[in-house]
Amino acid sequence: MIEIENVHKSFGALEVLKGINLTVDKGEVVSVIGGSGSGKSTLLTCINGLEPIDSGRILVDGTEVHAKTTDLNLLRRKIGIVFQQFNAFPHLTVLENVTLAPRKVKGMSRRDAEEIAVQQLSHVGLADKLKVYPNRLSGGQQQRMAIARALAMSPDYMLFDEVTSALDPQLVGEVLDTLKMLADDGMTMICVTHEMSFARDVSNRVAFFHKGVMAEIGPPEQIFGDAQHEETRNFLSSVR
Amino acid sequence: MFDYTFQWRQAFRALPQMLDGALVTMQIAVLSMVIGITIAVLLAVARNSGSKWLQWPAMAWVEVARNTPALFQIYMAHFGLGSFGIYLSPFVALLAGITFNNAGYLCETFRGALRAIPGTQVRAGRSLGMGQAKAFRLIVMPQMFRIAFLPTTNQMVWAILMTSLGVTVGMSTDLTGVTQDLNARTFRTFELFALAAVLYYCIAKAVMFAARLVAWRLFRY
Repeated sequence: MIEIENVHKSFGALEVLKGINLTVDKGEVVSVIGGSGSGKSTLLTCINGLEPIDSGRILVDGTEVHAKTTDLNLLRRKIGIVFQQFNAFPHLTVLENVTLAPRKVKGMSRRDAEEIAVQQLSHVGLADKLKVYPNRLSGGQQQRMAIARALAMSPDYMLFDEVTSALDPQLVGEVLDTLKMLADDGMTMICVTHEMSFARDVSNRVAFFHKGVMAEIGPPEQIFGDAQHEETRNFLSSVR
Repeated sequence: MFDYTFQWRQAFRALPQMLDGALVTMQIAVLSMVIGITIAVLLAVARNSGSKWLQWPAMAWVEVARNTPALFQIYMAHFGLGSFGIYLSPFVALLAGITFNNAGYLCETFRGALRAIPGTQVRAGRSLGMGQAKAFRLIVMPQMFRIAFLPTTNQMVWAILMTSLGVTVGMSTDLTGVTQDLNARTFRTFELFALAAVLYYCIAKAVMFAARLVAWRLFRY
């Protein structure tokens, strides 16, 4: 379970998170939507401790992420994150990209790591690209590799930060299909996204962020059909 | 005006000795590169560390190494330290001087390469559970060497040619030292130094070729 309690976060004078409260249960898929600069992406990088927070707290399975005593490297093994820029490691093949962390962080043998990697890469449809370097992959393939890379650590949670925003329109579908598959497998996911149809069809709940505040959260039918807040309606009418 | 008689045979007779010297030259150049690269990586990391205690010494090293003549640096290692009772043999002094110089230049090369690697690469590594050092070693360093590769080979050639300065601190076993010695005995100055120049050229080419091979093996992407 991820519990976010009254989290505040500023970059200099700019407060990007103004007291966020959100609880995500095991197996739940929460989509976070909202305009740019609304604090959505920052929230994700706070959850896995890449960004410090100013006040409040975030608990992952009861462990406080920003506590001084927390071993972040250990905690991050169970929180996978995929970014908008694919961040493929260009000097490693697809297979090596995926086996790197299981081997060097978890200490797995090469054989075990490769077994898992091949399984994850087949899962995302890249079984035929194992020996290829990332610069030979399309954006969509690189992003699917990044997803497999995160999954190879067998995380309990997956965070997706606008994973389709840097893709050509015709490649968006293949990545969203991967996310849908994961959701069907019961993965706990928080997806920051601009894909409204994905948010509507796949999520259990949709959260709307506006200027650092979570203005509204609810099941997709409510957000897309009967939004309570004017900002939500304005936002949705502007993206449709 | 032009009554010099070339006597190449005498020079060629000295070839085995000169080849021995060339081996010593290569040894110094390779050692100074290996140690220089190691120190340069540490210096580059120190300069990027954000800690003043690490930044300042690294900066001082780079400033002195790049803005004073290499000859002075070798002099200092031999005669300069000698004034304080620290005696370095010509071989060690030459190696120390060139390594000092190499590290200074390469630090800047590596620092530039580090800047070219997006911060998101480290972020991706960290989010997979790697510590800062591990992410640097596994993700940043290999990319840094790839970006810095061509300027580094330049420095390598420079290091080879710089070894000829050793003769000023009494180095007599390297290619220049041996050539100088033969010259003093035979006075076939043109022939001997022409031959030595060809050998330097060949060493530089050989080292570059080796570097290409390494690059071909390492940088498959």
